[in-house]
Amino acid sequence: MTSPAADFAPFPKTHLLGIGELSPLDIENLLDRANAWADRNALPDNKHAILRGRTQINLFFEASTRTQSSFEIAGKRLGADVMNMSVGSSSVKKGETLLDTAVTLNAMRPDLIVVRHHGSGAVELLARKVANCAVVNGGDGAHEHPTQALLDALTIRRHKGRIGGLKIAICGDIAHSRVARSNILALTALGAQVNVVGPPTLMPPAIDRMGVKVFHDMDAGIEGCDVVMMLRLQRERMSGAYVPSSREFFHYYGLDARRLERAAPDALVMHPGPMNRGVEIDSLVADGEQSVIRDQVEMGVAVRMAVLEALAGNLDAHKDNRKPGQ
Amino acid sequence: MRRFAEPLVGQRANPRPLLFRGARLVDPAADTDTPGDLLVVDGRIVAAGPGIAAPEGAEIIECAGAVLAPGLVDMQVHTGEPGLEHIETLASASMAAAAGGVTTMACLPTTNPVIDDPALVDFIQRRARDTAIVNVVPIAAATRALAGEDMTEIGLLRDAGAVAVSAGRRSIANAGLMRRLLTYTRNFGVLVMHEVEDRDLAGSGVMNESEAATRLGLAGIPSAAETVMLDRDLRLAALTRGRYHASQLSCADSVAAMRAAKAAGLAVTCGVSVANLTLNEYDIGAYRTFLKLRPPLRGEDDRTALVAALADGTIDVVVSNHDPQDVDTKRQPFAEASDGAIGLETLLAAALRLVHAGDIALPRLLAALSTRPAQLLGLPGGSLAEGAPADLVLFDPGAPWVVEASALSSRAKNTPFENARMQGRVLRTVVAGRSVYEYAVT
Repeated sequence: MTSPAADFAPFPKTHLLGIGELSPLDIENLLDRANAWADRNALPDNKHAILRGRTQINLFFEASTRTQSSFEIAGKRLGADVMNMSVGSSSVKKGETLLDTAVTLNAMRPDLIVVRHHGSGAVELLARKVANCAVVNGGDGAHEHPTQALLDALTIRRHKGRIGGLKIAICGDIAHSRVARSNILALTALGAQVNVVGPPTLMPPAIDRMGVKVFHDMDAGIEGCDVVMMLRLQRERMSGAYVPSSREFFHYYGLDARRLERAAPDALVMHPGPMNRGVEIDSLVADGEQSVIRDQVEMGVAVRMAVLEALAGNLDAHKDNRKPGQ
Repeated sequence: MRRFAEPLVGQRANPRPLLFRGARLVDPAADTDTPGDLLVVDGRIVAAGPGIAAPEGAEIIECAGAVLAPGLVDMQVHTGEPGLEHIETLASASMAAAAGGVTTMACLPTTNPVIDDPALVDFIQRRARDTAIVNVVPIAAATRALAGEDMTEIGLLRDAGAVAVSAGRRSIANAGLMRRLLTYTRNFGVLVMHEVEDRDLAGSGVMNESEAATRLGLAGIPSAAETVMLDRDLRLAALTRGRYHASQLSCADSVAAMRAAKAAGLAVTCGVSVANLTLNEYDIGAYRTFLKLRPPLRGEDDRTALVAALADGTIDVVVSNHDPQDVDTKRQPFAEASDGAIGLETLLAAALRLVHAGDIALPRLLAALSTRPAQLLGLPGGSLAEGAPADLVLFDPGAPWVVEASALSSRAKNTPFENARMQGRVLRTVVAGRSVYEYAVT
């Protein structure tokens, strides 16, 4: 079976480390490919042979349910052999360094590695040390989470028909969020106007230099917005260090039906999950008509298929060099 | 003869119009000092100036040239309610306030339990409404249980009626927490009040570190303990642009640091207690524990620097730092005695010493006692302007009297001014157009 994304221009990167290294055209390229996969995934028979014979390792130094399973499904649908390594429970705990892990991985000769790591920049470090395989950033520290930004952009594009010119609010813990950074980069590159909303303690310094408007008043920040994107607030950050309590946070920064009325009437409600209901988002809104949170998960698989396929498309030349005669 | 009003339970009464005739009107908000009359209707000032006709049914108060000024706003008052009602209640503190010309007292959260929850802010307001005879505004805790670790719900506390947040009696040692606190409160425009004393530098000190301490054989608190913490805070205020208020300065170095910060354009403010303005370390004499204060009484050079800073506006507000203490904890060897002194009732009279000494003009002093604290706390008082609340003090600045601890209204009697000669007597205190305290020579 041929890929629905076969007609698109080659993707000009070896790895997908962040949105920051992509041009608007690169982003559009991936979104177009993912859009085609999203349509194809709605049809029956989702087993493809595009990555047959390829080995994909999901290397997760940080616990993840949805991102890891989304990458796993994407790889399996494309026919790759997928292996999950949850390193939190293995050799890293025994003192192995990131670079030791890279050496070990090289010996296994994978074609695609999806990495999530708690350290900003760790995925890039690993990418420099692996040979002849493509690395996908599944989230590094508070730096980037590129596939999340792509799936968010695809969800918005499929609902609104465009991204350029939209007014989009990203709300909550901006300071510690890689989702926020990748989304800011992607959405501003595609021509959206982005507002970031949160208490000053959760707003990183000089964030306005990334081309966004900063709001500490949520009502003002989401006024007239076409998209309201909520972020997860980690529990340990709402007990007095950054925010006094979840009660106070919800009072001033939680998205409930009353507050959502400040946004455009057809505004989309988004959340990267997992949600803290009653902390950053009210259940009525999370499950309401304007919520596209379920669509985001669905688009996640399509985006990851597009990314894996696009990167694998650049691998062939290397592979022939590496494994002569095979 | 002294007469206090009863507390007003529930709605404020709607008293008769009140005309003050023949007063010396001192309005620190307008920096004016002129003879004239002042008319109050429905709890508000409706006119001030010469020759105001009395409306029908008005109560007329002949002032005979006494000073009529906005009631004092004391932003540094500890009470014992809730938790230590045997030492001081909101009711007894409010009577001391009324007798001292204080029409608004901002109560610190240093109670038991600590005022760190919106429900407790509400409790203070309800108790004050039912038992106090002056305005009471709560200052909430900046950290839970004043432990200096986790921020309180500052937005919800403000919405419940807290006028500021305070870290309590001790400085926040963790600079990272202080930074986040100033950052977070900025969002709500809430003033952060901070006592400045580095715990480790203060060590086991019990009075100013000086020759006096050495001769008394007491461990000293260096003035650097205060200035080190103030310097840190001022840098954090510059970083965060938060609303920072150093509650009480006590030494010349701190004054210099604050003056430089203000010159650099920082939105920082500070206060000083009337004790630090009018007393020095030698007043401790033979281990008088009622003068064991925090911050400690410093040397005379420090005191004069504080007075100069008040006169030039470097110091914004003068506070009583009213801190009632039990006799049990005060009648102890000096080092073991508790810190603190009462001060509401003597605040104005003691502060007037600076005017009588020629150190400061009366309007400037009254600004630091009413206009400026009202501004910092976002309250409408501190002015004689038309429409301002009729929170007023009428006093004879020249009347002499001697402080007798037993005659003070506060439930606790730990005054540092026992048997002190004062010049300046409160004749009448008016809150929202109602006379809550009157003094008449019998």
